[in-house]
Amino acid sequence: MYAAIVFLPLLGFLIAGPFGWKIGNRPSEIITTSLLFVSAALSWVVFAHVALGSGEGSVSLLTNWFTSGAVKVDWSLRVDSLTAVMLVVVTTVSSLVHLYSIGYMHDDPSRPRFFSYLSLFTFAMLTLVTADNLVQLFFGWEGVGLASYLLIGFWYEKPSANAAAIKAFVVNRVGDFGFALGIFLVFVLTGSIGFEQIFAAAPGLAYTTVHVFGGDFDALTITCLLLFMGAMGKSAQFLLHTWLPDAMEGPTPVSALIHAATMVTAGVFMVARLSPLFEQAPAALTFVTIIGGTTALFAATIGLVQNDIKRVIAYSTCSQLGYMFVALGVGGYSIGIFHLFTHAFFKALLFLGAGSVIVAMHHEQDMRNMGGLWRKIPFTFAMMTIGTLALTGFPYTAGYFSKDAIIEAAFASHQKGAFYGFLMTTIAAGLTSFYSWRLVFLTFFGKPAWGGAAEHAAVDHSPVSDLHAAGSHAAPADAHGHDAHEHDSHQHDAHGHGGHELRPHESPVVMLIPLFVLAIGALVAGGVFAHAFIGEGAAEFWKGALFLGPDNHILEEREEIPHFIAQIPTILMAVGFLAALYVYILAPGTAARLAALAPAVYAFLLNKWYFDELYDFLFVRPAFRLGRIFWKEGDGAIIDRLGPDGVAARVVDMTGRVVKLQSGYIYQYAFAMLVGVAAVITWFVIGGVR
Amino acid sequence: MFGFGVLTCLVFLPLVGAAFILSLRRDDEATINNARWAALATTVVVFLLSLYLYAKFDSGSADFQFVEEKAWFGSGLVYKLGVDGLSFPFVLLTTFLMPFAIAASWRSITYRVKEYMIAFLVLETLMVGVFCALDVVLFYLFFEGGLIPMFLIIGIWGGPRRVYASFKFFLYTLAGSLLMLLAIMAMYGVAGTTDIVVLLKTSFPASMQKWLWLAFFASLAVKMPMWPVHTWLPDAHVEAPTAGSVILAAILLKMGGYGFIRFSLPMFPDASSFFAPLVFALSIIAIIYTSLVALVQEDMKKLIAYSSVAHMGFVTMGLFSMTEQGVQGAVFQMISHGLVSGALFLCVGVVYDRMHTREIAAYGGLVARMPLYATAFMIFTMANVGLPGTSGFVGEFLTLLGAFRVNSWVAFFATTGVILSAAYALYLYRRIIFGVLDKPALAAILDLSGREVALLAPLVALTIYYGFHPGPILDSSVVSIEALIKGYDQALAATKTAALALH
Repeated sequence: MYAAIVFLPLLGFLIAGPFGWKIGNRPSEIITTSLLFVSAALSWVVFAHVALGSGEGSVSLLTNWFTSGAVKVDWSLRVDSLTAVMLVVVTTVSSLVHLYSIGYMHDDPSRPRFFSYLSLFTFAMLTLVTADNLVQLFFGWEGVGLASYLLIGFWYEKPSANAAAIKAFVVNRVGDFGFALGIFLVFVLTGSIGFEQIFAAAPGLAYTTVHVFGGDFDALTITCLLLFMGAMGKSAQFLLHTWLPDAMEGPTPVSALIHAATMVTAGVFMVARLSPLFEQAPAALTFVTIIGGTTALFAATIGLVQNDIKRVIAYSTCSQLGYMFVALGVGGYSIGIFHLFTHAFFKALLFLGAGSVIVAMHHEQDMRNMGGLWRKIPFTFAMMTIGTLALTGFPYTAGYFSKDAIIEAAFASHQKGAFYGFLMTTIAAGLTSFYSWRLVFLTFFGKPAWGGAAEHAAVDHSPVSDLHAAGSHAAPADAHGHDAHEHDSHQHDAHGHGGHELRPHESPVVMLIPLFVLAIGALVAGGVFAHAFIGEGAAEFWKGALFLGPDNHILEEREEIPHFIAQIPTILMAVGFLAALYVYILAPGTAARLAALAPAVYAFLLNKWYFDELYDFLFVRPAFRLGRIFWKEGDGAIIDRLGPDGVAARVVDMTGRVVKLQSGYIYQYAFAMLVGVAAVITWFVIGGVR
Repeated sequence: MFGFGVLTCLVFLPLVGAAFILSLRRDDEATINNARWAALATTVVVFLLSLYLYAKFDSGSADFQFVEEKAWFGSGLVYKLGVDGLSFPFVLLTTFLMPFAIAASWRSITYRVKEYMIAFLVLETLMVGVFCALDVVLFYLFFEGGLIPMFLIIGIWGGPRRVYASFKFFLYTLAGSLLMLLAIMAMYGVAGTTDIVVLLKTSFPASMQKWLWLAFFASLAVKMPMWPVHTWLPDAHVEAPTAGSVILAAILLKMGGYGFIRFSLPMFPDASSFFAPLVFALSIIAIIYTSLVALVQEDMKKLIAYSSVAHMGFVTMGLFSMTEQGVQGAVFQMISHGLVSGALFLCVGVVYDRMHTREIAAYGGLVARMPLYATAFMIFTMANVGLPGTSGFVGEFLTLLGAFRVNSWVAFFATTGVILSAAYALYLYRRIIFGVLDKPALAAILDLSGREVALLAPLVALTIYYGFHPGPILDSSVVSIEALIKGYDQALAATKTAALALH
């Protein structure tokens, strides 16, 4: 059964990929989607059995991948509670996204390709979560990276999509650089890359030092930091986050599946899976907390001012991933995974809802050109509202249980850096509420900015639009500007979108069903599962899949924090809601005034803290410049000039001179002989004198 | 067969084919076609013969197999052939790729076709000979002899700057080789024989080892090629015809790595250990420097050529780590790179045959009209990047792991190659395949023909197959590599005890 869950999506890929053009669009869609649904159903069975029930976790060996000395890499399926949770998340969201895509992509000419990529992604993600060794994990890790690359660049005619795809892959590779080194170090330390052996060796390694990179470091700390670098890349954490917003160039279902619910959570999964290592490396955990907290706040601040509906949600994802890392960092692995679980529902819901809005608006993504949509697409509006409630942590929705638990755990924890994490996540909670409601208000309320008045409204609505323009033009190399007009240029848009003809319409039923299912999850997943994931039932739910040190009582301590602390997130949520309500509904125009009040801050946020420009300046341009120098100067001017070309040139010089001697005049030759004879005689005479 | 063994058959069979083509007198189209078919048939038969050997090859033994020996002129010099786990994978790689090289030249070579085919068949004899020779002088003959047909292939059937490129290629490689010849003479002086089997058991004095090592290094580093003696490679690749590039990248480069593993490491263990830091440094520079250079190339072939240099950096690094993973990874990387870089050059050849330019800027949006091509190219690009699930991953991973065990800094710098390779390979792919197909010249470009599909499909299959199941390659060499490392460690330990005794 485990094998069926993992390999059915692969089967879908192998059918729809190579043979999609033959069997046609609709069969490709149906085959891949139904295989995914079967896989999802089986996953729930596994979840019920292994996690909720009393089933044992197990490792089934499929076959050997490669062996080299002590390096034994197997293909295997490790299924325990942690994996079961991930299986459910991945296959559920994936099957719903498959279904949704039938509607969303219905006029795209290369649907089989799209569906095969989606299935390929799902397969890779499933191998990742079922890995029993670091190298199989790495296989899935890179596999989802490939699928992400292919899907971000799905509309390959758009230069911005191509740029975003490459950026995603390369930035992830930066993370993988650390991940790979981490794997090597684990092997050197434990003599194995299999989880069982590593976990067994971990206690013996705690607080030992290792000599690596020219210094002595705490063995587990340096290992965990290296591995965490991979997680930072995949989960778009601060410093390695730049690819995620650009990844929104991909079709919206892709954003929901890969860039919200599953792939980006791989980093969280990895840290949780390696909890036996991280748990004994407190310094590394502190680092995780700090990065997570920083990301949570940092991404939220950017989310405040973005105008592209998908980018707002993308930054929100980034921020929520930060929350998960804070939870992990303070030792609350189960809380982090719980948030991963609930987040998958409501964030996928928000993305798919946004996709529904985008379809309704005929592939318009700029929220400034929306407004007043709730009458036109009431179902989508309702679903988006549910997603927003869950995201902001409205009481008794999914986010309320998981997100507040993170903030409480951060407060209760004694880890270094935990208070920083608490502070950051608390502030971010308020910001989350503000930008989420801002999204809803801009999109669904206010005066419609589409239809006849669209052109004027677009100009009116953009506060300090000159600043915005300046920001975009500041980086000419930045091919992925945030102006929304780029987004609707792909061939997919068969509707035509003259402003005056635009009539928003509700999406087809295949798109609404997934929204509905996810909305149910967003409402109840928290309440139903909180007890098992992070409550009293945690021990028998996880069954040791997450390692907790003897001093780690974070789940209990979380319950004992002062009452008013526990209320803060809810209060801030309400404050954020009211602020958004005031700014965008009660007193429209406040946003522009605020922006004009501090234009530098606004531009700073709008341009995403200028990270793209900074990296472009620090890494991209120097790499090209260095490459050119090495090529023209190093290879050309130095090696070749001194090497082969130089030798050849000297030979030519020499022969040129030698040729001159051969004049053909007898008297010159005779004279040369005479000189020669004279020299020889002189030599012997002097020699004779001695 | 006339008292010769099966390896002799394997080595000289291509010459029979060449002789047949030579006997073709006329120059009309039918004759030329016969020449093509004869060349293809010969290479296929050679490949089948090598498969037969593979079936009989005992990978559980570290000894040389199928050994045959004949006295040659004088004492000491022998005609001796044999293969072991270190050389046999390369023999297979060579015989496997030759039919592809012939088939890739089917239409693109339009003049002097017979001579072209003869050159390739002679080249095959020499390449197989290099990997089978068990006598240093014999090895040297094959090793150097290989230069001549390749020199001709580049110089006659190459691009506009072919003469410059072929001379650069020739001079570079010859200059290094002469030093190797001197070293071989010196070794003969010590051991009294040029039999490799005996030389492997001879322990050369430590001081002499360094000189011998350097002399071999001079030749092998050029062949490899290692930074800074790599500049012949891009020029040679750019000017060579497609099949020439394929063979150059896939097999000729591997002779350098094979030389290290056959001579430098086992025969001069002390010197290898002494010079390992030098090799590491050059490997790291090769990986980073040439990856950056690849990033800014405007010519497809040059880009892939530079990427080859970077990949060979992983090989030398893995070899000189002298860990099991490092050496196994290096051998695997060489085989994998043979398949992948060969395939990439074939891919370039596909569009070159249509458009007659290698300028990256001349392309763009090919996926719209060439989906099959785009798919194949994507798979090879990913293999070049070292994505797990392709053959490129295993070698990279194992060499890096091996290096990490010896020196974490080396692995640290070399792992940056993982980032850079993704950058240049995807950047190339994007410029050629993705985007809008708006160049008028490309408007009527056709997807892969049946012949081209037949060329690329087996390579796609093997690239993925070895990605998921690298066992066949790893297993065939593992025993020999274990023996190699054991001998190396013993030699180092012996030197150490000797040094202690002196104190």
